[in-house]
Amino acid sequence: MKKELETLEALKSLKERALAELSQVRDLAGWEGLRVKYLGKKGELTQVLRSMGKLPPEERPRVGQLANEIREELEEALRRTREVLVQEEKERRLKEEKLDVTLPGLPLPRGYYHPIHLVLEEIKNIFIGLGFAIAEGPEVETDYYNFTALNLPPDHPARDMQDSFYITSNILLRTHTSPVQVRVMEAMRPRLPIRIIAPGKVYRRDDDATHSPMFHQVEGLVVDKRVTFGDLKGTLMAFLRQMFGHDVDVRFRPSYFPFTEPSAEVDISCVICRGKGCRVCKQSGWLEILGSGLVHPKVLEMAGYNPEEVSGFAFGLGVERVAMLKYGIDDLRLFFENDLRFLKQF
Amino acid sequence: MRVPYSWLKEYVEIELPPEELAQKLTMAGLPVENIINLSPGFSGVVAGIITAIEDHPHADHLKICQVDVGEKCLQVVSGAPNMRVGQRVAVALEGARLPGGREIRRAIFRGVESLGMLCSAQELGLDASLVSPEDREGILTLPPDASPGQDVARVLGLDEVVLELEVTTNRADCLSILGVAREVSALTGVRVKEPRIEFSEVDPPAGDLVSVNIDAPQMCGRYVARIVRNVSIGPSPSWMQARLRACGMRPINNIVDITNYVMLELGQPLHAFDYDLLKGKKIIVRRARKGEKIITLDGQERVLEDNLLVIADEERAVAIAGVMGGLETEVTGQTANILIESAHFDGVSIRRASRRLGLRSEASLRFERGVDIEGAPRAADRAAELMQKLAGGSIARGQVDCYATRKKPVTIRFRPEKVNYFLGTELSQEEIKEILQRLQLKIKTEGPDTWQVEVPSHRGDLTQEIDLVEEVARLHGYDHIPVSIPAGVVAGEKKSRRQEWEEAAREAAISCGLTQVITYSFISPKIWDLLQLPPEHKWRKTVVLQNPLREEQSVLRTTLLPGLLEVAARNASRQVMPVAIFEIGRVFLPQGDGLPQEPLRLAGLVMGSRNKGWNWPALEMDFYYLKGVVEGILERVRISKVQWEPTAAYPFLHPGRSAEILGINMEPVGFAGELHPDVLSAFELPTRAYVFELDWEILMNLTDGIPGYQPLPKFPAVDRDLAVVVPEEVLAESVREVIIDAAGPFLKECRLFDLYRGQQVGEGKKSLAFTLSFQREDRTLTDAEVNSIIHHIEKELGRRLGAALRQE
Repeated sequence: MKKELETLEALKSLKERALAELSQVRDLAGWEGLRVKYLGKKGELTQVLRSMGKLPPEERPRVGQLANEIREELEEALRRTREVLVQEEKERRLKEEKLDVTLPGLPLPRGYYHPIHLVLEEIKNIFIGLGFAIAEGPEVETDYYNFTALNLPPDHPARDMQDSFYITSNILLRTHTSPVQVRVMEAMRPRLPIRIIAPGKVYRRDDDATHSPMFHQVEGLVVDKRVTFGDLKGTLMAFLRQMFGHDVDVRFRPSYFPFTEPSAEVDISCVICRGKGCRVCKQSGWLEILGSGLVHPKVLEMAGYNPEEVSGFAFGLGVERVAMLKYGIDDLRLFFENDLRFLKQF
Repeated sequence: MRVPYSWLKEYVEIELPPEELAQKLTMAGLPVENIINLSPGFSGVVAGIITAIEDHPHADHLKICQVDVGEKCLQVVSGAPNMRVGQRVAVALEGARLPGGREIRRAIFRGVESLGMLCSAQELGLDASLVSPEDREGILTLPPDASPGQDVARVLGLDEVVLELEVTTNRADCLSILGVAREVSALTGVRVKEPRIEFSEVDPPAGDLVSVNIDAPQMCGRYVARIVRNVSIGPSPSWMQARLRACGMRPINNIVDITNYVMLELGQPLHAFDYDLLKGKKIIVRRARKGEKIITLDGQERVLEDNLLVIADEERAVAIAGVMGGLETEVTGQTANILIESAHFDGVSIRRASRRLGLRSEASLRFERGVDIEGAPRAADRAAELMQKLAGGSIARGQVDCYATRKKPVTIRFRPEKVNYFLGTELSQEEIKEILQRLQLKIKTEGPDTWQVEVPSHRGDLTQEIDLVEEVARLHGYDHIPVSIPAGVVAGEKKSRRQEWEEAAREAAISCGLTQVITYSFISPKIWDLLQLPPEHKWRKTVVLQNPLREEQSVLRTTLLPGLLEVAARNASRQVMPVAIFEIGRVFLPQGDGLPQEPLRLAGLVMGSRNKGWNWPALEMDFYYLKGVVEGILERVRISKVQWEPTAAYPFLHPGRSAEILGINMEPVGFAGELHPDVLSAFELPTRAYVFELDWEILMNLTDGIPGYQPLPKFPAVDRDLAVVVPEEVLAESVREVIIDAAGPFLKECRLFDLYRGQQVGEGKKSLAFTLSFQREDRTLTDAEVNSIIHHIEKELGRRLGAALRQE
């Protein structure tokens, strides 16, 4: 009986002690120490519970009941304390942890597209949206495709407009992307419709502040039954408005290209001064942007189409010029110097 | 073509101000590039005549002139070297203002008073190239009709507006004032006033004075000669000089000026010979004889090739037809009798001649583009008329006109409905007819829908139906053509597989941190020596340009490397570092006589270190950085099966640090490596650089594409680390291959994570540590199973490579 009372007292004081110590705990490490001390495998209360077997059977229920009550009470107290401690610790961490977010981030390697490529992509995407496919042709061409098949027979004065790099008397670097027109027509005939653009490099024997011996063009060709000059106007206006903005004015002026007729030079209102007149547009308010026209009947005929049955239009634009206007670049040579300080702006 | 407004108005009445006319012309296909207002930059300058010149008593280089300026005579001190009594000069009076704001005041020069200044062309703001060479060094000489006291601005015709037209190569007719007037007439509906030509003739007839023979009729379709006798050579009147200058031509003397004036007016190039210097009084139009020589007007002796067309007399060539006259028969101050040549030469021959001789003139320009063959007699008449009026000549009766094959007028079969068919307009037949008639085209109706349209001879560019459609479109106005969109939809792919593949290269390289460059396709043939290529190296077989701009751009590239090296060098020289760049583009491989192959290559270069940061170390871009980039690119485009093999086969690469990249069948698909130190110094690269080039065509066939979806594993993987000690010369890849081969199907990944050399593994050896990841799809592997696989790997490594596992 006395033994029983002692045990009960001991349990009660163990509880008091444990709770008192728990109230002093300030961090999770101390908390864990207390848990182990009282409720761990070798903990004080655990040992009491384990030593129950040594008690006389009649004493076991009361001692056991109390011990279990104390264990539950302690566990509950521990749980609550832990919650508080975790919360405190989180708050402490949030308070202490502070970064200077203005320090630079880790610079991952990054590459940049060449501005000419960016403009080419934009042009391609617009025309794909307008139902065009992309065609290609060789950069080294025969005289036939570069000139003759485009209604520019030998000794035609308009050949002077494009001073060429020759490889043999009959092979040259293409001076425009127009030979692709002929190649596509030959490959397609007699199928219709044809609706392609042909982007690529072209070469002219010219090198100064406003001419590069190599530059990029995009050629366009539409051939079908009853294609009209109105279709040419509509297509190019749609393109130019997407490229330069919907408020851009477009005008078509008669011009001369041997492979189109009627031929048109296409101007847009100056994107720099908005048509008021500036250095870039030579005070005219207009910028020449495209050459175009209905495909000349002779060109259709040479490519194997009957000009009485089909008609078409073609156009060509200079990519560097578009890029210069779009990004306000004033020196053509920058494109081929490839100074990284220039390229990384795009 | 420069068109003085007052001159244009002589042939067509114009109500519009120049700006509006310019706009109309521009929108009709004759773009006006500039409207030049010749307004003088000076005031208070009058014409005067020098009546006396005396030496200055106190200065050797100054003279004292008495100048009649109309109401009075002024004393003027000047130092000009070209003064003479009787000369007409420009006198800036007291209070005159010159260009730049300079004001003229009464002044004392070494004790002698000067009441004005004699002006040079430069002081008046005139273009020095348009005054005579003598006048360039001194004061300006005014024409003989300048009257004392007359405003010099008027004498020089500076109250003029000039339209500068860009004339497309088809519109040869607009290389004349009259041609532009016709165009204005077509645009405004006002009739053209053709010039009236009036003169008197005397015997003997021209035919008695000269004979003309055309021996090369294919190259000369017509030759008209007129003889004007007893002319007095002198300066031409101020109005003519002013117009020539306004058109950009320098006045020379009345006869030469008249030929130029008539060319500008009517578009027909003329030449004036000193008749008395023509031997045998014969004009023969023939091909040059082989080795024949002529001294041209510019004083150069030229050796002629035998298919060049010349004008000859009985003995020798006296002009290169249509290009330039000869010095020996030039009109000079002593000339009394003139032969006017008004001929029609074949454009192609003239073009070839002027190109071969490097001589281009106002005349050759016009012949190349096409001159109206029917206009030759009138131009000869016009020149004769002016020579009579301005040089006092008497005109021999009649012309000698050699015109063997008379050209028939061009008639075009024209279906008016084609206008609306091509343009998408709804013009009526009446409207179309009205437009064509404004162009002086004659229309005859053949059937209800077919016309015969006769083209005037000056419009040589109109030969086919579509030409007439264009004329209607032009004059109707492109702005008035309704806008539409082509009907129908095009099916099919928008980009070919090859185009997608090219774009994939670009996208992959960018994502791996390289910046795109675009370099010229032509390179220097000297580059091969810098790259230390042996004489027979395949890259040396290039496509060669016949007429490069410079040697450094004279062959087409067979590799992208030269461009990248040049870009790297340029950036380094500008202290722009590090460099990490790529190019995708075509190279050009010769194929016998045909067109070259143009395969795509992808190449890159890295050089320098990525900077150290506050929280990360510097990273040198070395071979393994480059390899990572190449692997990254290949992985992005889904090429997994390439191998890297050591090679010393690239003379421009470091022999111990370069690799052949091999495709699945062990065919080479590219290379990568560190540049050879000699190449670095040849290109002045400041630090080690690493390059790669891939054959993007071959790789297109190696891509796996995206293979279909793989289910995600359901059971966990078991990882084991394995450190393998091998002799130094064993390649890491060989070890990896043995491991993969021995491990069997459950090895999912084998990743090398450490390389160790040192005491613990012994001299001449290295330890390669791999993480192996095993996994089954149907259940979790047991430790025992993995142990047994590892055991097998160990055995194989020992057997095949003499390798041992390194114990922890």
